[in-house]
Amino acid sequence: MTAHLAEGPDHAASAKDVQSDDEMLDRLQRTAFDYFLQCTNPDNGLVADTTRDGAPSSIAVVGFALSATPIGVEHGWIERSDAVKRVLASLNFFMASDQSGSAGATGYHGFYFHFLDMKRGTRVWRCELSPIDTTILIAGMLSAGAYFDADTPEETELRRLADALYERVDWLWMQNDGVTVMQGWKPECGFLHYGWEGYSEALLLYALGLGSPTHALTEQSFHAWTMTYQWEHLYGTDFLYAGPLFIHQFSHAWIDFRGIRDAFMREKDCDYFENSRRATYIQRAYAILNPRSFVGYDAEHWGLSAGDGPSGDTRQVAGRQQTFYGYAARGVPYGPDDGTVSGSSITSSLVFAPEIVLPALRALQADGTAQDRDFIHASGFNATLGHSPGKAWTTTDIFGLDQGMIVLMIENYRSGLPWRLMKRLPCIRDGLHRASFRGSWLKHRSGAHP
Amino acid sequence: MTQIGPTLEHPCADAYDQELCAQVRPPDWHNPRPRPTYDWLVIGAGPAGLTAARCAAALGARVALIECHLLGGVSLNYGAVSSQALIRTSRVYAEMRDAGFYGARAPSSIEVDFPLAMERMRRIRARIAHSHSAADVAALGIDLFFGTARFVSDDTIDLDGNRLRFKKALIATGSRSLLPSLPGLPEAGYLTNETVFDLTTLPASLLVIGGGPVGCELAQAFCRLGSRTIIVHNEPLFLPREERDAAQLLSGALARDGIEMHLNTTAVSVRMENGQKVVETVNDGDVATITADVVLTGIGRVPAVAGLDLEAAGVVFDTTAGIRVDDFLRTTNKRIFAAGDVCMKHMFVDSANASARIAVNNALCRARQRMSTLTIPWCTYTDPEIAHVGLYVREARERDIPIRTFTVPMHEVDRAITDGGEEGFVKIHVREGTDTILGATVVARHASEMINGLSLAIIAGIGLRTMAGVIHTYPTQAEAIRKAAQACCRTYRPRWRRWLQRRS
Repeated sequence: MTAHLAEGPDHAASAKDVQSDDEMLDRLQRTAFDYFLQCTNPDNGLVADTTRDGAPSSIAVVGFALSATPIGVEHGWIERSDAVKRVLASLNFFMASDQSGSAGATGYHGFYFHFLDMKRGTRVWRCELSPIDTTILIAGMLSAGAYFDADTPEETELRRLADALYERVDWLWMQNDGVTVMQGWKPECGFLHYGWEGYSEALLLYALGLGSPTHALTEQSFHAWTMTYQWEHLYGTDFLYAGPLFIHQFSHAWIDFRGIRDAFMREKDCDYFENSRRATYIQRAYAILNPRSFVGYDAEHWGLSAGDGPSGDTRQVAGRQQTFYGYAARGVPYGPDDGTVSGSSITSSLVFAPEIVLPALRALQADGTAQDRDFIHASGFNATLGHSPGKAWTTTDIFGLDQGMIVLMIENYRSGLPWRLMKRLPCIRDGLHRASFRGSWLKHRSGAHP
Repeated sequence: MTQIGPTLEHPCADAYDQELCAQVRPPDWHNPRPRPTYDWLVIGAGPAGLTAARCAAALGARVALIECHLLGGVSLNYGAVSSQALIRTSRVYAEMRDAGFYGARAPSSIEVDFPLAMERMRRIRARIAHSHSAADVAALGIDLFFGTARFVSDDTIDLDGNRLRFKKALIATGSRSLLPSLPGLPEAGYLTNETVFDLTTLPASLLVIGGGPVGCELAQAFCRLGSRTIIVHNEPLFLPREERDAAQLLSGALARDGIEMHLNTTAVSVRMENGQKVVETVNDGDVATITADVVLTGIGRVPAVAGLDLEAAGVVFDTTAGIRVDDFLRTTNKRIFAAGDVCMKHMFVDSANASARIAVNNALCRARQRMSTLTIPWCTYTDPEIAHVGLYVREARERDIPIRTFTVPMHEVDRAITDGGEEGFVKIHVREGTDTILGATVVARHASEMINGLSLAIIAGIGLRTMAGVIHTYPTQAEAIRKAAQACCRTYRPRWRRWLQRRS
């Protein structure tokens, strides 16, 4: 695989060309979408985690691929029939997969191991059975099911499989007879002995888990999780705190949280969408403050999130020995921070704060050249290592999660399609209702399609 | 799990340890002749017992104080005093290595003199012991007995064959190290947070089992003194009681010091191989081994209730939770009270002292003071220090108290920048819609000093907005508290106003 996403002739225009916002976004989105065309095994629908040689599939990236497919069809980047074929390959694979929970299986209790062999679809790296990554996979299946609504045998089968795979997930089992959801399970040791603490992307997990018609989480589980929330006033703004930016973005790729509120957000007179907008501004405020004196942080270079970064020897930065963390969840304001910015995390905030994201994207385009230094699609770049913004260290691999977020969040900004698809699903409405969400598009619990 | 008691002698037996023993366990001590009945008999002469004996003597009561080991308890002899002294030395070495960061030239070679560090620790310990001396206690009119006490009835104890009767008694026997049941550990040998201060040479490598406050403090100190240091901790974060951000900042700080950290990891067995201890660990089902010269464990603490024959006095107890007391510190025998580690969740010197004063007032002055009204701050003395007072956010939310936090990262504080101590924060929790301070966490190099102003505010009922009007000397790190207070003033919107705004 190529180290960077190859661009087709129709979207290879130089980044330096003057483009409208829409043209720029279209190009960014299309380039990201191509990841899924290039990195999927057509036989089983599994998608590589990264472009790194020998990379296994991440089930979350498969979820993003499934969610991106309707967007590709809408934009004419892929034929509908081809798209259906690809989605069916995935769904058929997961439906027939080994659910024994053995060390080399694919899943257990309807959940799947985080990383799977690209060809065989079996567990690799002794990884965990992952509820959050299964959540993203299932969200992709349900999105596809909501979009492919034609009365053809293929699309009918696609919807049947998506529903069956969702209904097979035993969410309640993942509570392990406790109050909240566990972070995972392994054949070697059973449940990982820690759960979700603090606000996180688990919001989507709870929405899907509470809405399950077959094995729903207890209502108490969501309430107990929100007990670990921290509402903080930082840099002049009140917000529901989480350090890494992706936490404020992932659930929002599928669910439109504008105007809907659970008990916590009613108490705080806010909603999760507004909260992500504030989190985006706080990230920018941190970069402007740049307390650790990294090169290149400013109003247009921000975004500390989960992503790849440099590793290896320490280096002198502002008089201290700075360590570099490789792939890590970087966060604001307490770090870890090694001067690495996640380009895709900026794009993924587009829907929350376009007024600061669009100028940042323009600045990133100006820093790089489309062919070899694509900071926007990069999982991480670090100007401190390159001594200047334009010569930043850039990760050599492209990460599927980042590309998925770029495709979905740009689409939510442009048309809101991913949100509309999820709004159609009664299980999402039920799940949010059971989590005490009310208002806006949730006024009618099982209402007509918006 | 096995409880282990401290060794009786300070083994180094140098002049400083002899000076210490002359204060806290004089070799030529003769127990006084027991009086027929004591108004107040105190078992255990650690911080709680000493305080309770002194307070009662000041009230004119006839007081007996019984200690089976050394006056001053764990804190003076094996705990806070010793570790603080060692931590100070370790900070000096860390600053020497980081001299460039502070704009100074690092020494061309840094050679750690471990015996010198330990000698300083013993000197300081002996000096502080002077304020806990047996002679001083006796001079207050307290009958001080060294020996082993056990109850024989609800108003009598046996002291090595002698009977002592009391009208009221206090159990202040403190706590003991808790040794994990780790196969092979007794054979391989280990240090505890008490015996670690007996070391005379620096271990080349040290494996600390347990990442609670004491484990983290000692791991950082020994790492900075030059031991290759490894921590094995079976939770995802250190200091499981503290806020996640505090624990994460500490992880970062320990990693920068060069400590090898194994979180979510359980030590399962120990064996000797080529003169070294090989510890087998399990992390999410993955088995690994860690080799070290010295294993430090037994860091958890359990109440010291063994051998007291509490049943004979009708005192109900539990081997893990300790002696059962009510909010007035009364045991199930109305003559007998308890104070300090033996009955409290918070095992700190300051709270032990506070509980002792409450017990004396309730037992001897017919007061009705409640333990639950105490505001108890605490601190983990790592670098940065982690201090807390009052409620945690989670506790408030579980009690349905709407809570809002004012956060000031230390990198916004000028003095923290000039000091090169920007890692940390001040978080002050107030009740939503008010400026009532419910709790606070401070992570900073001198968090233990900064937390006291916040404790004062909570006890005195001073609102956070009032603190904005308190002139803080500039530049100080405590200015972080004023910044939080100013943010509270700027955004203060009382509930009635929010209600009005929503209606309009």
